[in-house]
Amino acid sequence: MSDFFTVSVLLATVAAGIRLAAPFLLAALGETLGQRSGVLNLGVEGVMLLGAYGAYYATLRTDSVLLGILVGLAVGAFMGVVYGVVTLALKAEQGISGIGVFIFGLGLSDLLFQRQVGTPTPIDGLRDWEVPLLGGLPWIGEVLFHQNVLVYAAFLLVPVLWYLIYRTPFGMNVRAVGETPEAADSLGVSVNGTRYLTILIGNSMAGLAGAALALELGIFQQNLTNGHGFIAIALVYFGAWRPAGVMAGSLVFGLVSATVLQWKTLGIVAGTTASIVGMFPAVLTILVLVIVSRRTGAPSALTRPFERGR
Amino acid sequence: MIVVAPAGKGGMLLEMEGITKQFPGVLANDRVDFDVRSGEVHTLLGENGAGKSTLMKVLYGLYPADAGEIRLRGEPAAIGSPSDAIEHGIGMIHQHFMLVPTLTVAENVALGLPTGSRVRQDLRPVRKRIRELSDAYGLQMDPEAYIWQLAVGERQRVEIMKAIYRDVSLLILDEPTSVLTPSEVDDLFVTLRRMTDDGRGLVFISHKLREVMSLSDRITVLRGGRVTGRTVPDETSREDLAHMMVGREVRLAPSRIEVETGEVRLSMSGLNVAGDRGAPAVIDLDLAVRGGEIVGIAGVSGNGQRELAEALAGLRPVESGKAAMGGADTTDMTPKEIRRLGVSYIPEERMRDGAIGDFSVAENLILVDYDSPPMSRRGFLDFKEIEEGCSDLVERFTVKTPSLDTPTSHLSGGNIQKLIIARELSSDPAVLIASQPTRGVDIGAAEYIHSVLMERRAQGTAILLISEDLDEVIGLSDRIAVMFEGRIMGVLDKEEATVGHLGLLMAGVADDAA
Repeated sequence: MSDFFTVSVLLATVAAGIRLAAPFLLAALGETLGQRSGVLNLGVEGVMLLGAYGAYYATLRTDSVLLGILVGLAVGAFMGVVYGVVTLALKAEQGISGIGVFIFGLGLSDLLFQRQVGTPTPIDGLRDWEVPLLGGLPWIGEVLFHQNVLVYAAFLLVPVLWYLIYRTPFGMNVRAVGETPEAADSLGVSVNGTRYLTILIGNSMAGLAGAALALELGIFQQNLTNGHGFIAIALVYFGAWRPAGVMAGSLVFGLVSATVLQWKTLGIVAGTTASIVGMFPAVLTILVLVIVSRRTGAPSALTRPFERGR
Repeated sequence: MIVVAPAGKGGMLLEMEGITKQFPGVLANDRVDFDVRSGEVHTLLGENGAGKSTLMKVLYGLYPADAGEIRLRGEPAAIGSPSDAIEHGIGMIHQHFMLVPTLTVAENVALGLPTGSRVRQDLRPVRKRIRELSDAYGLQMDPEAYIWQLAVGERQRVEIMKAIYRDVSLLILDEPTSVLTPSEVDDLFVTLRRMTDDGRGLVFISHKLREVMSLSDRITVLRGGRVTGRTVPDETSREDLAHMMVGREVRLAPSRIEVETGEVRLSMSGLNVAGDRGAPAVIDLDLAVRGGEIVGIAGVSGNGQRELAEALAGLRPVESGKAAMGGADTTDMTPKEIRRLGVSYIPEERMRDGAIGDFSVAENLILVDYDSPPMSRRGFLDFKEIEEGCSDLVERFTVKTPSLDTPTSHLSGGNIQKLIIARELSSDPAVLIASQPTRGVDIGAAEYIHSVLMERRAQGTAILLISEDLDEVIGLSDRIAVMFEGRIMGVLDKEEATVGHLGLLMAGVADDAA
């Protein structure tokens, strides 16, 4: 254990934690926006898988990471359109259709991978980019400013999303539509129009989260995301539907995951113990949800389709 | 100050001609004509289901009409959505508040309007304008307060503000007084009069005859989707209006006979009950009801009446104090134990706590005694016995139903309420707790329910009547207790109870201060 408590290992662990937090954060921020407008999307995991595969495949074929990122976004946006039509136009039960999206994404991403790639082929993924000046700071520089571009993007999106939700007319519509859609409708706000937009943005961010995961690891495999999308949904509750809270939750999960990985690497835990320690994030999810369940703050109209005149 | 005189005062603002709207199985509006002039209050009066709300929802773009024409200031207008209506200067205050509780007053007012630029919201001009309009119309409010912090009366003011802020020339008010105290109603009417003085036209939807008589310039009565009368207050009376609404003579006040009161059958002493969120809802309540007596509990809803009724029925735990019925301490009893003492309960939410919508009429009628003879024997339901007993009840209590097997949710509100009352009174209860027994039911059914309650009183039942309808409480009760914020503000004898006096107590003004 003493190996773990050295400055260099600790710094590396924290840096890794922040990096691991980014996919959680991207997906959870997108889900936050959607839920704020009253739409629950349990399909985040499936959208992430498709985004991850799209980003991986585009990069594999073109060697362009940028194109990979764009494809990840586009795949997410496309899934957003599909989910919007299913839940808003067709008014399908949100919880169940989300699970459908997950299973669809899990199956399709694996099928495409088997057909188009077959054997796991590593790609040259995202590289760390050192922020000029700040990157040179002792300790802090290494932890915060030696990250890849999607990590920076994820954390920059926290204030952006906050501003969008709390300081723009669109954000006010989102909050109103998620809380009391009838009131918004009676004042001429388009309830489903607002929800289409939040779903589109939210799913694009889920696609981007998948891209972040695949391009960071430089690999794709079946079920690459391994529960990231579901934890992201839990983080929305953990963060009480606030971007800053969601960020705090993502960091906790990133750091716990990084610590577990580091312990395994250092041989502090092995075998059965390693497996048990590996369950930490899952156990933490459940604990957090039990604690958070007492808190209120969920948008009142969450999962409720809107129909004019009831 | 704003100047709104779009058509000149007295000019025609709205004309609706031959509006027809068909719902599956119901003709909600049948060639209805309706118009509003600038500067007047035109009341739409009718029972639930008469088609008032449908007509106004057509006007506000919530439903498309099947036939008919709408003209605004003489011009034909196509209104396909609330946005169209808003664009035409039409505002609507809905029966249920259309406010977002997690937003502030200013945000609720600004919702749907361009504020600042697309990327930056600027609510400062909104707040400033709200303050100006508050002064001009006597609508006191803090633009930065959150809606969830406001009392119902204040929320109502925000609804009015939303309309004034949008400078509507025609405002529809759908039962706006149902949650207000009498003094709040007076304040609302003053504000509404200022709005008509500005040349706006108002549509007032109500079934409260007293308010209709005092506010209206013109009255149109609907029944079964058709116009059954047009009149003005000077040429009519509450009885005439009720006649037009129901289609026959109606006795608004039930006849009462002198009844010798018996022993105390229901008593509460130092009763404390918590609300849904744990805050005290009923505080140190003392009250006793004797056999042959109706004690009314008046008050604006949300002042602890629901919690009190539920605690007495055993559905909500009592924090401290004591409740006793029929000589037994019922404080910690289960609902079933309390019922065995001869206590019946008519809950205020009839479709949530009173009956099961998917169950048949017969099944709902035996909900209380399905598990004991004669309805069941040795664990099996006795269908022959059930059918006989239920047909008898349906007949005695005039429940209109196609059959005993009809799902209860297919019945009208009034008939569901009669069904519940049939079940609750069939056992000749010693104590009856009746919560909002006529809320939302038509006048005919209300008249019948009132007569049944008076009958039970004559037979010696101790009745606790909880109602927001002041006319009902005054008409039926021997004594009236007024509840405000969980406490009883005063208990008045029938003779000294006036609407004015009760109204003060309902607003929390104690007798010694009044």
